[in-house]
Amino acid sequence: MAGKSTYKPSTGIERWFDERLPVIRVMHDQFVEFPTPRNLNYWWTFGGILMFCLFVQLVTGIVLAMHYAPNENLAFDSIEHIMRNVNWGWLMRYTHAVGGSMFFLAVYIHILRGLYYGSYKAPREILWILGVIIFMMMIATAFMGYSLPWGQMSFWAVTVITNLFGSFDALVPGLGTAIVEWVWGGFAVGNPTLNRLFSLHYLFPFMIVGVVLLHIWALHIPGNNNPTGIEIKAKKEALSFHPYYTVKDAFALSVFAILFAGFVFYAPNVLGHADNYVPADPLVTPAHIVPEWYFLPFYAILRAIPSKLFGVIAMFGSILVLVIVPWLDTSRVRSASYRPIYKWFFWSFVVTGIALGYLGAMPPEGWYLIFGRAFTLYYFAFFLIVMPLVGLIETPTKMPGSITEDVLERSKGAAPTAEGAAASGAPAAPEKR
Amino acid sequence: MADTVDRLDSDPTTRRDFMTVWAGVFAAVGAGALLWPLIDQMNPDASALSLASIEVDLSPIEVGQAITVMWRGKPVFIRHRTAEEIDGAKNVPVSALPDPLARNENLPEDAPAIDLNRASEGHENWLVMIGICTHLGCIPKGQRAGDLKGEFEGWFCPCHGSHYDTAGRIRKGPAPRNLEVPPYSFLTDSKIQIG
Repeated sequence: MAGKSTYKPSTGIERWFDERLPVIRVMHDQFVEFPTPRNLNYWWTFGGILMFCLFVQLVTGIVLAMHYAPNENLAFDSIEHIMRNVNWGWLMRYTHAVGGSMFFLAVYIHILRGLYYGSYKAPREILWILGVIIFMMMIATAFMGYSLPWGQMSFWAVTVITNLFGSFDALVPGLGTAIVEWVWGGFAVGNPTLNRLFSLHYLFPFMIVGVVLLHIWALHIPGNNNPTGIEIKAKKEALSFHPYYTVKDAFALSVFAILFAGFVFYAPNVLGHADNYVPADPLVTPAHIVPEWYFLPFYAILRAIPSKLFGVIAMFGSILVLVIVPWLDTSRVRSASYRPIYKWFFWSFVVTGIALGYLGAMPPEGWYLIFGRAFTLYYFAFFLIVMPLVGLIETPTKMPGSITEDVLERSKGAAPTAEGAAASGAPAAPEKR
Repeated sequence: MADTVDRLDSDPTTRRDFMTVWAGVFAAVGAGALLWPLIDQMNPDASALSLASIEVDLSPIEVGQAITVMWRGKPVFIRHRTAEEIDGAKNVPVSALPDPLARNENLPEDAPAIDLNRASEGHENWLVMIGICTHLGCIPKGQRAGDLKGEFEGWFCPCHGSHYDTAGRIRKGPAPRNLEVPPYSFLTDSKIQIG
């Protein structure tokens, strides 16, 4: 943590304020002076990118809600109204729809970065679990948002997903049906369902904001992990958050925004599904129901298991297992950079996620189903077998003694040039304190 | 006063403990009573519950044809079965079925899923079922002439590959139960009331 506050109110007004509500002091300590490891790479910029995504979704979403009608007879038309009549409505809607995809792209990178560098290990377990909670709330929010256009995919996605709760009938007869009818507000997905999904879709982002604040709080207690996984040992191993990381985050965000804008302006529908431009029809199920791309791996897990109840358990389990990751990993070393065996399992896990994503979009038959089962098996084995076991049997490679040693090592390796040689004598960063 | 002091010494449970516990209990009951309306408001409302039963005229449906009607917002499949379809369904032993129960609201809950229990006695050529896959609620294919009917010539759910036979019983795939038979009765030989 930041330790003693370094904020010095310089004007009378600041002093007056500081004695009553020290909000400027908190901002200064947490977002200006905050000591941040000097060796963070670009994978660490996704936290800031995610804040940006949340902000974009909130702003565009509030604007869209001014023009949208959450009623089964009006919803589909009101979306077309937004697209055709509302000033800049097309931009707001495409940004919001693409924004969902970008949000998930960023969060998957953010989660995998945490998994690779062991950012969930003590003392950052709460930080990690809060992240998992945010991820689950994002899933719920995205699902509810996808229902609002009330197209065929919206309608049938809601039908399929809400019916998941019907699997509780296998435990207590009638329980599942009671829950599903409670969620629907009727005997089938209909107007009450759409209305309540809209209400909750508006609520959830603000709850996410709340948990994000806790997430940042929990981050600022132990401070950032870093690519070596070694804690900061000396003051010179840290840089102040501003300007070093505000600038680095801003650069990464700009690159990310180019991708974002590329989708919004050149391929706004490529991540969606054409069937959702057909109005919802409760009598016709589309030939092939698929969720949005970011849910495909979990959908593949659901379908890999031939029993309804266990399919549902596996799908929710595949997300909930993240909660116990801090205790599943038995390794003494945080960063996978020094874990020669785990590293291979990690990248196999990344491949598994992508493969499950592909299989989730394919029909559930033949080889697709067989591969779906194999990859589902590895998905769980990675957490429940690899993490505990590899940590025990693996010998980590030689680690640098500190962040400084690691930085010096790298600048030596990078340079037969005069500058590089000079840098090996002193820390390579430009900051002088 | 002296009396109170004595009791404090002898019994560790005081008047104050009693009041604390009961105040807590009353607060919890009150909170629960207030919470229930907030939860129950999401259940199907009076307008959804009041949906009347419907009558369906079966006379225009030829042998081998099927129609779909809406009842309580759900599609109901009505199929005029051929003799081969009935025979095919009759020849399956109940032990070969993934779900051995009839799932017929007009019969006791433990009725076995023999073909007769899926239809209505004396009207075995008619099959009336809710056309919602018991897996995740998709509408199975098989109502129209050109539809895929699955491996058992009944219905096939395209979402996750469940196959139903000519009595609407699950035979293969992830669906856990046979298609539900709603409450219905024959008013005349060619007219039914559902609900």
